[in-house]
Amino acid sequence: MAKITLNNLSHSYVPDYTDADLVLRDINIDWKDGGAYALLGPSGCGKTTLLNIISGLIKPSKGDILFDDKNVTSLNPVERDIAQIFQFPVIYDTMTVYDNLAFPLKNRNLSDTEIDSKVREIAEMLELTSTLNNRASGLTADGKQKISLGRGLVRSDVNVIMFDEPLTVIDPHLKWILRSKLKELHQKINRTMIYVTHDQTEALTFADQVVVMHEGQIVQTGTPVELFEKPKHTFVGHFIGSPGMNILPCQIKNGQINFAGQEIQSNSNIKKNNFKKTQLGIRPEFINFSDKGIPVKIKRVSNTGRHKIIDTECSGGTIKVLSNASTEIPSGSAHINFDQKYTYVYGDNWIIE
Amino acid sequence: MNKTINQKAWFFVVPVFVLVAFNAAIPLMTVVNYSFQETFGNNVFAWEGTRWFKQILLSERFHDALGRQIAFTFIILLIQIPLGIGIALTMPKKGWGVPVCLILMSMPLLIPWNVVGAMWNIFALPDIGFLGYSLNAIGFDFNFTQQPGDAWFTTILMDVWHWTSLVVLLSYAGLNSIQPAYYQAAEIDGASRWATFRYIELPKMKKVLTLAILLRFMDSFMIYTEPFVLTGGGPGNATAFLSIDLVKMALGQFDLGPAAAMSLIYFFIVLLVCWVFYSLMMKNEVRS
Repeated sequence: MAKITLNNLSHSYVPDYTDADLVLRDINIDWKDGGAYALLGPSGCGKTTLLNIISGLIKPSKGDILFDDKNVTSLNPVERDIAQIFQFPVIYDTMTVYDNLAFPLKNRNLSDTEIDSKVREIAEMLELTSTLNNRASGLTADGKQKISLGRGLVRSDVNVIMFDEPLTVIDPHLKWILRSKLKELHQKINRTMIYVTHDQTEALTFADQVVVMHEGQIVQTGTPVELFEKPKHTFVGHFIGSPGMNILPCQIKNGQINFAGQEIQSNSNIKKNNFKKTQLGIRPEFINFSDKGIPVKIKRVSNTGRHKIIDTECSGGTIKVLSNASTEIPSGSAHINFDQKYTYVYGDNWIIE
Repeated sequence: MNKTINQKAWFFVVPVFVLVAFNAAIPLMTVVNYSFQETFGNNVFAWEGTRWFKQILLSERFHDALGRQIAFTFIILLIQIPLGIGIALTMPKKGWGVPVCLILMSMPLLIPWNVVGAMWNIFALPDIGFLGYSLNAIGFDFNFTQQPGDAWFTTILMDVWHWTSLVVLLSYAGLNSIQPAYYQAAEIDGASRWATFRYIELPKMKKVLTLAILLRFMDSFMIYTEPFVLTGGGPGNATAFLSIDLVKMALGQFDLGPAAAMSLIYFFIVLLVCWVFYSLMMKNEVRS
């Protein structure tokens, strides 16, 4: 168990790199011991690279990794004492399920009785007991991924357990089961866990703290609620939520926000305006139809069963509105209002608070 | 559903039938025909039943040739398979070294077999060949044209030089198809280099290695050209493997009946070994 600190971490896959070659830039993270964290971002944002740097599979070009204030930057994965579970199930084909689970322990020269009790305990937890003596290669994809999970969890002494999109190959209905199993495990063994994913639902349900990454940078760290209610970057607003936040171009004059010819009240306190680009961010959930306000045209209504998503057109752009399925939607022209509490102004993509 | 009956389609497969008939079926049936008969030329045949088969199966000459053949194949497999895997493991995975190694490895495979025999014949000659001369110069009494041990040594060395590359290339392809995550997982599990090889690389190479062993078994069991050019089966009959002995019998002595019987026995041995080996290797695959 350990708390994890990353100091000014940057990485490039080319040896003589310029700024443009960086896949990770200036990453600073402080993770508490025993927490459940998620790294969330689209493919190619650098989250797997960051994970592999924490586990020691990749040496960073710049910066330090600290476990409990001890610098581990130059240590290999075994010396760092971590566990990692990969996107695709990695199993040892020729071994039985039991031997697969015992493998990391055998390599660390534990006694046979110790190995046996730990393997059985973890097999029980993952419901693998009945298949312990089967050959691992004969199992289904989710069975194999359970073995991968098991090999990560079987060692009680690890500093951190890392998951690299571990549920990619799992059937949707089993995803729920395995995900809640992981959450349950975290509460039971109380070890630091880092979960990499591009799926916001997975990240938000698993983690206490979610780190959102975009183009090699951390754009926001926060609880799921914070990410939803107050995105610090337009990317977070857009990426989290379904549909994502409406990001609308706006003008700022004398501290007043002007959008589509209307003055808008927001939760941002605008002191100065020296931005190249200013935008208004409002989630579809926080927009209401009313008698007066911003005039829009209703373009399309899609009913998802639980709620309706309404595409409206306003001065050439689209504003998405989310309403209850039971709400009566006006047709043709309508007016909408933004909830001031959840309306923010973004200067050059970053929030103005 | 009503099927249209159109027998004209058979015409499309006629060329294949004719081709297979003339290059495989008819020659094979001729051999079968010879193996049950005695001929004195002029297309005069006399029925002999299973006499030639009994004669071959009981003959010491066949036993000796078969023994030499099994020993030869066994030795070269024992050398080439581990050596090939070993070389494949040390070959670079990326960079300019990859094409260099691949080209170097392919070279021996591209040389015509009789040229390989001729090359090694000259290379190993004790008076003028680089290998033979050098061995003698450092104190070995080496003469592959007269000493059976030296003839075996040279033949095996030649085959290892000629064919290890095939095992290397197949193993290398097998190794390259392993996902990096397997190595990363092994690293995190604390696996030693040997354990990584034993539990990841070797199982993942199983299919290509099965293929490599089968190919090397068949080729070496039927080897003819290279030892024919190198030693001609000598000294004496020391390196007269099955094919060489067969040609001697068929074309040297013109004993067509026994030679035909021997061909068929030879053919069935190859077929049987391949079938048994392949079935054993693939048994677990089918189950899973």
